[in-house]
Amino acid sequence: MSILLAYPLTARAAGGRDIFLHGVGEAAACSACHGEAGEGQPDAGFPRIAGLDAAYIEEQLKSFVAGTRKDDTMTPIANALPEADRAAVANYVSGLNPPLAASEAKQDKDGIAKGAELATHGNWPKGLAGCGQCHGPGGIGVGTAFPKLAGQSAAYIEKQLNDWKTGNRTNDPLALMAGVAKRLDDDQIKAVAAYYASRNPDGTAAAEAKEPAQ
Amino acid sequence: MTDGKPSAGEWLVGLIFIGLAVLVGYSLPHKSDMARFADNGDQPVAPAKAVQKAAPASGVEKGQPAAKTAFTPPDDSKIPDDDFGKMVKLGQAIFHDTQANAKEFVGNDLQCSNCHIDRGRLANSAPLWAAYVAYPAYRSKNDHVNTFQERLQGCFRYSMNGKAPPFNDKVLVALESYAYFLAQGLPTGDTKVAGRGYPALAKPANFDFQKGEQVYQAKCALCHGADGKGQKAADGSTVFPPLWGPRSFNWGAGMGSINNAAGFIKANMPLTQGNSLSDEDAWNVAAFLDSHERPQDPRFTGSAAGTRKKYHDSRMSLYGTKVGDTVLGEHSPPSSTVP
Repeated sequence: MSILLAYPLTARAAGGRDIFLHGVGEAAACSACHGEAGEGQPDAGFPRIAGLDAAYIEEQLKSFVAGTRKDDTMTPIANALPEADRAAVANYVSGLNPPLAASEAKQDKDGIAKGAELATHGNWPKGLAGCGQCHGPGGIGVGTAFPKLAGQSAAYIEKQLNDWKTGNRTNDPLALMAGVAKRLDDDQIKAVAAYYASRNPDGTAAAEAKEPAQ
Repeated sequence: MTDGKPSAGEWLVGLIFIGLAVLVGYSLPHKSDMARFADNGDQPVAPAKAVQKAAPASGVEKGQPAAKTAFTPPDDSKIPDDDFGKMVKLGQAIFHDTQANAKEFVGNDLQCSNCHIDRGRLANSAPLWAAYVAYPAYRSKNDHVNTFQERLQGCFRYSMNGKAPPFNDKVLVALESYAYFLAQGLPTGDTKVAGRGYPALAKPANFDFQKGEQVYQAKCALCHGADGKGQKAADGSTVFPPLWGPRSFNWGAGMGSINNAAGFIKANMPLTQGNSLSDEDAWNVAAFLDSHERPQDPRFTGSAAGTRKKYHDSRMSLYGTKVGDTVLGEHSPPSSTVP
């Protein structure tokens, strides 16, 4: 049974790599913006997609087509990508695990500390759960519906939270993120974004990890 | 306390409440029922005054705190920088990550903060400050006066499906210190403070398990899984707690009583969307999740029927009743599964 299943999966994954690196038809290569290994371009706001859950990635591609996510770059690409190829690309990207992409952004230590508190414990008098209560400790992600936030681009996280706030993005299950984003003020959004951008993809502190080498 | 014989004062509060309830459209559960339900309850049923104050006003925005509460516990910044403060911080850490900080007493995948949201601070989520000032108290659950530490032991024995830390064990001292810290400013004996326990919803004539399952699959399964087993992160830590099965709370826990589960769900679920479910949906989904098998009641008398008669003789508990082809409690996974 497992052998029978493994063959088509392997074949799809190879197709996924090809599409990721070179595109297919009118759909541009993912790597052009998301990097050769899906590490993203954090300062430009192109998200790190490496290591995200495959079902989550596929769902996002569907959402761009459905219009529940809107983006000038991604909407046309998702529409051009043949439906049958979504799973292969998603599987390939899901298996990538490059190091964090370099960022020129100066680390905002106060923002990171404030973001860490909010991400871990929330602000319940305002009805805010800690991000980690759904996205896992350190934002490492949980299952297919709660993506990894650790190591994500701060500019990207800020944009998504603001998109939920304004209704530009509406593909969140149970409208959970819309509810949360509407209770966050601009400083809190910047703080949680700075916090998750300061983490390694495994949830550990990126800055701390470098310290022993200095 | 509502789990003993009601005092004259409690009757008076009840009578005043009936008057208020007519005005605001809520009905007071029968006192005799409340006492009976509390027999199974890990959490005492919220007193009438708290219900009246905590009940959501019409037009409350989905997910917003239900109502202003009479008490706000002190901020973390007020934790003193001394030996007592260290104990408070340990208690807080146990609340946040019970698995890591009290693991020798824990036999399932739950955390204190799963049922006591915001590390025991949140009103209508059985806040620690309201419990602290209510003890020592008589509890019909074990038919004697319980100290606060004994009450905490009950959480480990039932809700955490573990074993009770010995009196004055560091875990209990830390939790007691943290509870004392949170309760500062609240009068001792204020058992009617708004936000205590979980809101008591007006009881329905019956439960609709099928509707409950529909609500579960639509609103709960996203996080807790279609099979109720919860979800873990890649590092193995439980993020969404299991609601039934061998890694959840056992049959002796308060959440195994449908009224407690319904009150908690109504006020707090889905997380960040409290008060979004109708009372009917909260009751039905609570009945659905409490109609599944879970670890045995540690007070098991040798038979499910006997244990039901002694500890679960209420329509708020499905223990010892037939659900599908099995009688709940006859094939329960073991209790107190501390590694």
